[in-house]
Amino acid sequence: MTSIYKADTMFGDDSEETVSEAPKFCLIVDDSSTIRKFSARLLTSMNFIVGEAEHGLAAVEACRLVVPDLVLLDWNMPEMNGLECLKALRAMDLKPRPAIVMCTTENVLPKITEALAAGADEYIMKPFDRDVLRDKLAQLELV
Amino acid sequence: MIPSNFEFMAALLKEKSGLIITADKIYLLDARLSPIARKHNLAGLDALVMAMRAPLATALVNEVVDAMTTNETSFFRDKTPFDALKNSLIPGLVARRAAQRSIRIWSAACSTGQEPYSLVMMLRDQFPALKDWRIEIVATDLSPTVLQRARDGVFTPFEVQRGLPIQMLVRHFDQVEQNWQIKPDLRRMIDFRPLNLLSDISALGKFDIILCRNVLIYFDQLTKGTVLSRMARMLPADGALILGGAESVFGICDALGDVPGLRGVYGPAPGMKTVQRPEFQQQQVLIAS
Repeated sequence: MTSIYKADTMFGDDSEETVSEAPKFCLIVDDSSTIRKFSARLLTSMNFIVGEAEHGLAAVEACRLVVPDLVLLDWNMPEMNGLECLKALRAMDLKPRPAIVMCTTENVLPKITEALAAGADEYIMKPFDRDVLRDKLAQLELV
Repeated sequence: MIPSNFEFMAALLKEKSGLIITADKIYLLDARLSPIARKHNLAGLDALVMAMRAPLATALVNEVVDAMTTNETSFFRDKTPFDALKNSLIPGLVARRAAQRSIRIWSAACSTGQEPYSLVMMLRDQFPALKDWRIEIVATDLSPTVLQRARDGVFTPFEVQRGLPIQMLVRHFDQVEQNWQIKPDLRRMIDFRPLNLLSDISALGKFDIILCRNVLIYFDQLTKGTVLSRMARMLPADGALILGGAESVFGICDALGDVPGLRGVYGPAPGMKTVQRPEFQQQQVLIAS
């Protein structure tokens, strides 16, 4: 298994948000370590605890151990791509149901529609920044 | 920036847009105007002012006013006013205007259009009963440049990801190469017009709802009072003015009072003389399904 799942990995110290609620758990699934670190830094500053997986198969295994509040899911990855992972996670009927946000360069309408039909709650088109991530998570009432 | 140039810039911005720039806001000039100075190969803000003082510098002056008055915006910016519209103001109008079957809404200082487009998307999705009503949405801004962008309704991927749920993007936009354009039927619902809020705004007629958010904060007290009093006269007795989160009418305009239970929403104060709202005669647009 190539998972690099880490249940409480923290990156950076730019904790600009003032929050009092218990942290939520986000699993970041992306084959790019740069994107994982970037996303982790943003999410930890929004009071998330983050874990990482570098492909869909590792993410499915991770979700069997701990059900995240949020899955941030890339599309194009080795082993199992994001769409297959999305379908697998929804088929697992996880409780409580995690929010799944696609986060990908697949930015054309048919792909977005396909992901929504498969159970994605939101869709982030790369490249993205802190404001985009925060707005998307606010829509899901996660921040 | 030397004091005389700062005074020139402050006076010009006040005259053209009502924007008040005090010495403590000089960083705003630096942040927004330095890119314009660089673009025109000018050494800095003093050189920019020199160029603006020259005859026939109208285009440059307009560019500077645009840069200083165009503000960051996003779809469904701030949850509170859109919750008030969806849960209270629009349902109230649907009930009270059942005989006329018409509603007029003004988005004042609409910038690149996110606010009026958010409004028409909400009306389309949440109020199918308005399908056969006459709905007029007037959206105005000082800047012809941003108004043209608003009319085009084309937004970058970054812009459509600010405040807009993905389901609404899919439902109401067409993808145009890398960008996203709001669908023609929604664009046609909005009448975009250039307007300076310091001019005679009463010519626009009466509105059931006026949205004027995050604009008054840039005006001095006297100007705020003038604009608010004029807007108060444009509302029917049951009309609503929605201001930004950091704005209020209290101590500035006695003709308006708060609407209980709705933060940031104001209506004509009790006892204020209001005119019966006439049937509007300007462009009327049906919300087609």
